[in-house]
Amino acid sequence: MAQAASRNRRLLSRIGEHSTGIIASVLFAAPIVWAMLSAFKPAAEARLPPLPPWPTSGFSLENYATLNSFGDGLWVSAQNSIYVSVMTVVLSVAVSVLAGYGFSRFRFPFKNLFFILILSTIMIPFQSILTPIFLVLTKLGLHNTLTGLVGVYVTLQLPFSIFMMRNAFDAVPREIEEAARMDGASNLTMLLKVMLPLVWPGVVTIALFAFLGAWNEFLAALVLMTDQSKFTLPVMMTALQSGRFGAIDWGAVQAGVTVMMVPCLILFLALQRFYIRGLMAGAVK
Amino acid sequence: MAIITAATTAPPSAHKRAGAARQQWIGLLYVAPAVALVVVFFLIPLGMTAWMSLHNWPLMGEHSFIGLGNYVAILRDTRFWNALRFTAYYTVIVTIAIFVVAFPLALFVERPRPLTNLYRTMFFMPAVVGFASASLLWSWLLNVDSGLFSPAAYDLGLIDRKFNLLATFQPAFWSIIAMVVWKVAGFTMIILMAGLQSIPQDLQEAAVIDGAGPFARFRAITLPLMRRTLALALILSVAGSILAFDQFYIILRGGPRNQTLTAVYWIFNQSFVSFKLGYGAALSMVLLVILVALSLVQLWLLRKPEGLD
Repeated sequence: MAQAASRNRRLLSRIGEHSTGIIASVLFAAPIVWAMLSAFKPAAEARLPPLPPWPTSGFSLENYATLNSFGDGLWVSAQNSIYVSVMTVVLSVAVSVLAGYGFSRFRFPFKNLFFILILSTIMIPFQSILTPIFLVLTKLGLHNTLTGLVGVYVTLQLPFSIFMMRNAFDAVPREIEEAARMDGASNLTMLLKVMLPLVWPGVVTIALFAFLGAWNEFLAALVLMTDQSKFTLPVMMTALQSGRFGAIDWGAVQAGVTVMMVPCLILFLALQRFYIRGLMAGAVK
Repeated sequence: MAIITAATTAPPSAHKRAGAARQQWIGLLYVAPAVALVVVFFLIPLGMTAWMSLHNWPLMGEHSFIGLGNYVAILRDTRFWNALRFTAYYTVIVTIAIFVVAFPLALFVERPRPLTNLYRTMFFMPAVVGFASASLLWSWLLNVDSGLFSPAAYDLGLIDRKFNLLATFQPAFWSIIAMVVWKVAGFTMIILMAGLQSIPQDLQEAAVIDGAGPFARFRAITLPLMRRTLALALILSVAGSILAFDQFYIILRGGPRNQTLTAVYWIFNQSFVSFKLGYGAALSMVLLVILVALSLVQLWLLRKPEGLD
């Protein structure tokens, strides 16, 4: 009897737990799902309140098509965003792997000073130095260029990614390098052929953070990109949502937001392990 | 650590030591690109901010040295102080709201049980979406005619005519809080979860044997052992909120009636709308001092517990 009662109680509490979990999950997912589904409505239906969220008068890609007709079009901004994000990933990985290796394996003048300098940039918000960054880019002839924006984004990634890579290299036993050196490998070959495969998880983590950081950044892009043909997705979508291209087309906003969210969600779902690991590494520093 | 190891493994012979020293110098080449970037995009702009803050610096034309003129002007800039006060108010409220949601979630997903991984993923998803995307998405959901909340409440008969959530301060402010909690709670949850998992299980068990109830255990074991984690989550939330811009710019444009202008928003307006670059720089210096002070508090809160490493 008593056993049955306790089994019942456990079952009840399990049902309670899972209903809480499911309800909370639905609440967190709802806004994202709502926008994605509504984006497939025909334009006339997309203007109406999204009840229900899915298209009732037929599936349509009209909203994506209209999105391409605003200003320089969705495709131009999407290309800009892809270019900026991919370049930020490539450059910040290259710079951080080199620097992480340098800080982990060599002794040189000002080593600690440089390391502290790079890490301490995390204390100073880039929002407070945007004006001079704007002027520096102008001086360098990079004003209103995607390359200039990439330079800023890479620098923003450095404290986190160099810290990550330094730790990753620190965790590799020195015997491995010594063995490779016996075989006559030079420093750079050693780094690329021997060390890089061993710190690969760290590389994936910093690449993921660099991509998300660059893809989602808004304020610097808003300030530094003054020409519509250089807008990244967040800037272009905000211009559209503010009514800069005439009456606000909410269907186009839904479609644009979907385009902005999907790459982040796919990358996160595919590389979740690396993301959480990066978060933890950041958390213990 | 690394230095000591390098020193002890350095080969003894003089010839080889010279080679090793040269080898060590190569380290400078490896870190050079990173240092160059930090100098160009960080150190120089930082120095320039300080320098510009002492000038009257329009976008076009000559700039002139005015000493502390900008700082004196800040003292009288009531709109900046209003923005700062609003930012502080927002930071306090949003941080409390995030913790109120994230802590129960962390307790919920901490214990392994079927589907826990799925729940974690679901709760975390909004955190990987950018603030700009989330703001654009919610600006639609909050829209009075084409959005979700107001029409849904109307259809359900909760309100007798459509209510514009963004027209007055209170509903607009709480709408932003709801959006930020939705976006950030999963992130804070993961950090708190890591802290919970680092508490040794036998401590809890020992307390159970000693007859401590769940509340007593939470107060006497969980909270003290999570001090660094809590401090970290707190600092991340506070620092992020003080710099809030995207959601107020995209959803509210600082309105209604300029009541939701944050500090960064005001600096943005002064620097890039009014093009008072010198004044914007002086405002930036004030913000910077506040955040550096906060970082120092952070280092103190995150110090290792006494007696441990």
